[in-house]
Amino acid sequence: MADTKSAPPIITFDKVNKWYGNNFHVLRDIDLNVAKGERIVICGPSGSGKSTLIRCINRLEEHQQGRLIVDGVELTDDVKAIDQVRKEVGMVFQQFNLFPHLTVLENLTLSPMWVGKMPKKEAEDKAMVQLQRVRIAEQAHKYPLQLSGGQQQRVAIARALCLKPKIMLFDEPTSALDPEMIKEVLDVMIAMADEGITMLCVTHEMGFAKAVADRVIFMDQGQIVEQNKPHDFFNHPQSERSKDFLSKILGH
Amino acid sequence: MSFHTPAPKKTSWSWRSQAFRGLVYQLLAIIAIAGVVWFLAHNTLVNMRVRGIQSGFDFMAQAAGFDIGESLYPFDSEESYWRAFLVGVTNTLRVALLGIILSTLLGTLLGMGRFSRNALVRGLCLSYVEAFRNIPVLLQLLMWYVILTETLPSSDSAWQLGSFFLSKGGLNYPIPVWATGQLWAAFGLLGGVGLVLVYRRWVRRQFEATGQLRSAFWVPVLILVSCSLVGWALGGAPTELNRPIKGDFSIENGGALTPEFLAVLIGLTLYTASFIAEVVRGGIASVPRGQSEAASALGLSHQQEMRLVMLPQALRVIIPPLTNQYLNLTKNSSLAVAIGYPDVVSIANTALNQTGRAVECISIVMLVYLSTSLGTSLLMGWYNSRAAIKER
Amino acid sequence: MNATTFQPIPARPAPVNTEGPLAWIKTNLMGDWQTTLSTVLIGAVLLWYVPQIINWAFITASWAPRYEACSADGVGACWGVIAEKYRIIIFGRYPYEEQWRPLIATLLLTGLLVLSCMRSFWKAWLPLLWLVVLAVFFALMYGHVGGLTQVDTDRWGGLPLTILLSSLSLVLCFPIALLVALGRRSKLPAIRSFCTIYVELIRGVPLISVLFMASFMFPLFMPQGTQIDVLLRVLVGITLFAAAYMAEVIRGGLQAIPKGQVEAAATLGLSYWQTQRKIVLPQALAMVVPGIMNNFISTFKDTSLVTIVSLYELTGALKLGVNSDANWRPYIIEGYFFIALIYFVFCFSMSRYSRWVEQQVNKSKLR
Repeated sequence: MADTKSAPPIITFDKVNKWYGNNFHVLRDIDLNVAKGERIVICGPSGSGKSTLIRCINRLEEHQQGRLIVDGVELTDDVKAIDQVRKEVGMVFQQFNLFPHLTVLENLTLSPMWVGKMPKKEAEDKAMVQLQRVRIAEQAHKYPLQLSGGQQQRVAIARALCLKPKIMLFDEPTSALDPEMIKEVLDVMIAMADEGITMLCVTHEMGFAKAVADRVIFMDQGQIVEQNKPHDFFNHPQSERSKDFLSKILGH
Repeated sequence: MSFHTPAPKKTSWSWRSQAFRGLVYQLLAIIAIAGVVWFLAHNTLVNMRVRGIQSGFDFMAQAAGFDIGESLYPFDSEESYWRAFLVGVTNTLRVALLGIILSTLLGTLLGMGRFSRNALVRGLCLSYVEAFRNIPVLLQLLMWYVILTETLPSSDSAWQLGSFFLSKGGLNYPIPVWATGQLWAAFGLLGGVGLVLVYRRWVRRQFEATGQLRSAFWVPVLILVSCSLVGWALGGAPTELNRPIKGDFSIENGGALTPEFLAVLIGLTLYTASFIAEVVRGGIASVPRGQSEAASALGLSHQQEMRLVMLPQALRVIIPPLTNQYLNLTKNSSLAVAIGYPDVVSIANTALNQTGRAVECISIVMLVYLSTSLGTSLLMGWYNSRAAIKER
Repeated sequence: MNATTFQPIPARPAPVNTEGPLAWIKTNLMGDWQTTLSTVLIGAVLLWYVPQIINWAFITASWAPRYEACSADGVGACWGVIAEKYRIIIFGRYPYEEQWRPLIATLLLTGLLVLSCMRSFWKAWLPLLWLVVLAVFFALMYGHVGGLTQVDTDRWGGLPLTILLSSLSLVLCFPIALLVALGRRSKLPAIRSFCTIYVELIRGVPLISVLFMASFMFPLFMPQGTQIDVLLRVLVGITLFAAAYMAEVIRGGLQAIPKGQVEAAATLGLSYWQTQRKIVLPQALAMVVPGIMNNFISTFKDTSLVTIVSLYELTGALKLGVNSDANWRPYIIEGYFFIALIYFVFCFSMSRYSRWVEQQVNKSKLR
């Protein structure tokens, strides 16, 4: 489970604020500590800033105020710091974003070979291990557009895992999938959760939150409204907004 | 009742059968087209007989009777018509190939400049594209010809840079005197190409084996240059150049590019570059933003992202319309007839006026361009099937 | 970990101004040192050359239609050549006293073109209006009716000729292109091959060769003794050329219609022609309006080529007007700039319109 007491947090948000343009205050005074190995689910209505929050962690978005420290490295304009953080943080996108002109195997070995300077054979062996982990090893030589949505997302997860990241970010990983494919992706994520990797997941899948999360964070209008253990959050929501949100998504 | 005998095939000849109707329509169409063709051919033969126009390609063997302003190899009025046409074809190819190379370079820079971080660069590229796209190409060619012939100085006061002269007579440049040394240098270059291929294969194997990437650009360039130099030195190291010098009336010796050629080249290059810029811009814009985000998330540097993710996908979108622009440039080179550059249309025009064989001359021109277009279409089809992103 | 008392945080304005002109300059012109350097370099080049160009083109230019003023020292551009020759450039060899006729005719036709672009005018009587305006156009230009003196077509030139050739060829090539596009998609091999050969043949050769063919060979194709007007020959050439490209544009639109539409029409019992007329074509044509506009812009620019077959449109009329007059011949380049401006204004507005239409079509696609 999460090691919250002795070790320093692996991600620290300290009064982080972000604006789009001059007037859209998308992240408001975010204070958040994520412990090593902790599994966090972030939920909330659309436009609440959940995706922006996790995209700040690997600097796909820049914050304007406050401090954001990932695995001991503070995220600023420093290019070296950003590169270092990106080696430790893996990301899975809602639209998969696999490279369509490369095979599945080539998608996975691209970064280890070109950024990690790994020899091809070693990179391919490690890639096959990851593909077996997400149970898609037989598709290694196919092209992404020849696979179904669920298969593509599993490949995307394997691609992120090839970097051996300490932190995995999931930005609504199942929102673009047909219902019957959601389970196969969630199963992979649950299996990953048991291996001690720090996970932050933006999702609407509350079943996943109940099964795996150490903490559920509810965001609305750019700020963290409530955070709690899943059981306490779903059964005893504290604020009015959380109650309202839960009634809408758990209603049917 | 036996169920094994096949049902008798019935050809229904009724109007209600789709197949029958299709046949009837096609028959009607063929008859109509054949009728029109016969009508036109009949009229043509009658008209030609009445006007005393002869037909046939026999005139091609006759002496041309006109000189050609510029050509790759010597031509005088004693040569036959078909040699004249050959000169026209080589002139067309000369300006088209150079135009394609230059306009691709310029167009790619402009297309990428549309994405620059500097708003000034973006604005300048946009203004260039809009300005050159909306003016007819013939007008641009005429303007460049007037500009070159008006603003350039006459031969006595030509602008000179070393052995290069620029004047109303065109661009004169030194050409090396042909000796065995150049041949050896060419052999050296070929050998260098072979060495480069071997080297690149070795670099790729090293990269896959150890993950270390050796220089894949500068070292090959070095190899090519040094092999050519070695060949040149072995061949006696000839350095003699045929330099242009100022004669009494014009610049003599050396190689020359006429103002007509320069006007056509500059006009076609600048015009086509604006279209190529749009094609390149469309290609780069067609790659979804998520691809570049995924590449960043995987830690790829900007250069690696360009080379490994963006360009391969962008090129697939760029290449078909790009070849279309190359064909347009080749076809637009036919407008050189308005300037006096002796391309194949211009030669055909002269031949047509001299021999009256309108049908034959125009057919030759159309044949030349058709074969270029069809050849390029076939090549494009082959490339598309090979490079297409494989889907379900 | 529990937020027992939740305090909503009100929105605050951003600490650093990212909008407004100063912020725009900072991000777009001085984002990093390379951008700043290129801004400085380009700015320097522009500041050096642009004032010189403005000086030549406007400040020291001579606007009076007197060639002595132009050849004086220190004079920049000679726009006097336009002031002197604009009538012949714009109207060609049309008789001087009758030039009010092409003026009115051109304004009518241009007005009709502009009206046809506006959605509110896409009514059933628009084709009828086209016929009426075209008839009036020809009546005005040719004369021989209503007491107007006859002016033969070989004296028509300049801007009226350009607009006439472009709009008439657009109108005429449309039905041909439609049939050829449908024919290329037909299941009947004879019709399909004929249409394909036509399109590939025309698209593979330059317009100049088609114009030469029309000019030299068209009279040979007609029964012995008939005289074919030069304008008619050129019109046929341009129309056949434009029809091939237009057919490809329409074919692209037809291909974009999902097969389900045709299948649904079949289940409703519609015949082939009914399906095309009522279901496929309305959708396909709405989609390809930008493509059709681009075709029109290309045809408009291509009419400049009729100079080579001796019809005096803008470029030819300029050469006619200036080359024969030794006083003004050195200033032909200013004449070229004037014509380039005319073409630019027309083509740029048309391409802006085409882009606007494209955006409208895309807007209706996003739900």
